[in-house]
Amino acid sequence: MIDDFFELEPYALAREEKHKLLSSRLNELTRQHYGKCPQYKAMCDAIGFVPEDDTPYEELPYLPVSLFKKLDLMSVPREEIFKTMTSSGTSGQAVSKIYLDRETSSLQQKTLVKIVSSFTGANRMPMIIIDCPSVVKNRAMFSARGAGILGFSMFGTKKIYALDDDMNLNLDELKEFLSEHKDEKILLFGFTFMIWQHFYKELLKIDPMTLDLSNAVLIHGGGWKKLVSEQVSAEDFHKRLEEVTGLHDIHDYYGMVEQTGCIYMECECGHLHASNFSDVIIRDPKDLTVCEPGERGIIEVVSSLPQSYPGHCLLTEDEGTVLGEDDCPCGKKGKYFKVHGRLKNAEIRGCSDTYAAKF
Amino acid sequence: MQLSFDEERLNGVVSAPALPPFSDKVIAFLNDLSSVLMKTGRAFSDVVTFAYWCRKAALTKAKENYTDLDQRLGRGVVFHIAPSNVPVNFAFSMVSGLLAGNKNIVRLSSKPFAQVDIIADAIEKVIDESYPEFKDYIYLLRYDHSDEITAKLSAVADTRVIWGGDATIATIRRAPLKARANEITFADRHALCVMSADAYNAADNKDQVILKFYNDTYFSDQNACTSPRIVVWTGEGIEEAKKDFWDRLGQKTEKDYHIEPVQIVGKLSMLMEASTAEPLHLKTSLNAPKLMVAETEKIDDRLMEFKYNSGYFYEYSTQDLTDILPLCDTRCSTIAYYGDVADKLLKVVRDSGCPGVDRIVPLGTTMDFSLRWDGYDLIISMSRFIGVN
Repeated sequence: MIDDFFELEPYALAREEKHKLLSSRLNELTRQHYGKCPQYKAMCDAIGFVPEDDTPYEELPYLPVSLFKKLDLMSVPREEIFKTMTSSGTSGQAVSKIYLDRETSSLQQKTLVKIVSSFTGANRMPMIIIDCPSVVKNRAMFSARGAGILGFSMFGTKKIYALDDDMNLNLDELKEFLSEHKDEKILLFGFTFMIWQHFYKELLKIDPMTLDLSNAVLIHGGGWKKLVSEQVSAEDFHKRLEEVTGLHDIHDYYGMVEQTGCIYMECECGHLHASNFSDVIIRDPKDLTVCEPGERGIIEVVSSLPQSYPGHCLLTEDEGTVLGEDDCPCGKKGKYFKVHGRLKNAEIRGCSDTYAAKF
Repeated sequence: MQLSFDEERLNGVVSAPALPPFSDKVIAFLNDLSSVLMKTGRAFSDVVTFAYWCRKAALTKAKENYTDLDQRLGRGVVFHIAPSNVPVNFAFSMVSGLLAGNKNIVRLSSKPFAQVDIIADAIEKVIDESYPEFKDYIYLLRYDHSDEITAKLSAVADTRVIWGGDATIATIRRAPLKARANEITFADRHALCVMSADAYNAADNKDQVILKFYNDTYFSDQNACTSPRIVVWTGEGIEEAKKDFWDRLGQKTEKDYHIEPVQIVGKLSMLMEASTAEPLHLKTSLNAPKLMVAETEKIDDRLMEFKYNSGYFYEYSTQDLTDILPLCDTRCSTIAYYGDVADKLLKVVRDSGCPGVDRIVPLGTTMDFSLRWDGYDLIISMSRFIGVN
């Protein structure tokens, strides 16, 4: 069943065909998890959901992503777990734990290749990772940052890290690397805020075009929260990176450790796109019903990949809007959308224990 | 009003004499404070409730509950640590200390509340104008993280009162008390609601019942220690009562309750998490954004590990009220009831010797402050008895 997805171009399916194929795969996953993950079954039972063959995927149960911070959810015996991915929470915060068996992990990699290569071309490229090497050191527990870097490393032939472990820019090495690969297309990868803070801001201190990246493609993700607080928009980010390095082929992506592989890449029109492998459903923040295109709501993500853990339908804590479907000027089929950021925290009344931290 | 720490002020408080409980002068002062607040605080229902509670008539009535006051005296200095999100709570705590005959040091929450300012200003005004001798009996202050100040204030306290939950209590307890000092702590608690289905079905004004339940729960986002987390149905006609009750409550919340998306997602997450816990076997009875209800097959002490706020309830039906005992551990402060079940509940609690349940109160009154709170009689706990033979 999942093989069908790999035979297609990743953005080939229009609404009806995609809905049929994805529904059938997501129903299959729902039945599998219901049979193999007792907690998932208990959740379905509690809300009165009975798995069938042809439930439209908008009507399948969705799990709030925060559940992966509280529960160990897996649908394979523990000995088949091959790696555990964690979200990069700040210290003291609970992190999500995502359990992968070999097959799910391999599906994630294959999907990532399929999606990314439709933007960068099939050939691998010399690659600059805008981060520090220590992020990927512990291979047993992958943080979201580490997992992203390792996932994207597949696209690199020769790779260097732009930063050292103290987050200083390796300027000399970068210059040397670029002159070595003078006429080749270069792949740059990193997290949005790291790029801004430790790459762009450092390059701003020296002559423009010290690093000429006009023949490079940048893929970045991880969200805009910190840049929004510095009042840097996506437009600023693009414009200013181009000013100092000549870089103009820049793609943001939206994705999360709970559904690694199925990333949502930004096209040249600035829209995030759902591939055949996954979809976004925007839910009304008032009652969680499905929103019309153009309406703002809570993002649910569905993915055809998760086999070893019941994470195929997830309610995120992000807000987004579907901008359209099948008709983006870039030519890709499927939904395209915008992410607005995290849901805002509620000010809860009552006598909760928020005082202690201040002593 | 100056709210910073001041050594000289503290010395004044320490050296002032204790008073007899419910002294005429204290009652007169509180009555004057009440009059001022009825004007300056009338925009806030919680300030008005407090002002109403401080009237001479109400206090004189409260005094009648005590028979040995002529042999009692305040313990001395009471150090109150107020909670961060119930604005008027500090005032109830302080007045209890004052009525018991004490000098009161109150650490206010650093979170700004208009109600706190209104009450603090009124206290200052009434003291300055008519009761200068009470300056040393009420010392309000506000300070950021400082173990040092907390330690200094704890060192002079004869009673320490901590509101604010388990973590706050643990932090404050790092500051030692005098050997003879006592401590009153208001920890993380939960509350239950027991509904007699017969009584509900027979009620003439069901919307009035709904309003009472709403005030006990949604008014504080169901996050007060006294807000019921579970409705236990008992008696005849449970199915009929349940349906009508949740329908009406759903309509009420649709109309009057505001909820943020993050609270809806939070409730859903909790429902999913709780449903994985053995042996609850939850079944969702209602899954509306503002009102989520899950029926539990069994009452287990684990259930209260899965409490949530903003309109998230469990329900359970039984003809045997001893079923609720697993929830009546030390964390259980309050049982709200509707119908003729108070005596039965008291009997269940007393016969079992369970460690929790400090109040059994009618639906709609869970938040009403009383000098007997959370298992303590505040007047007795903050005064001492002078034996005369």
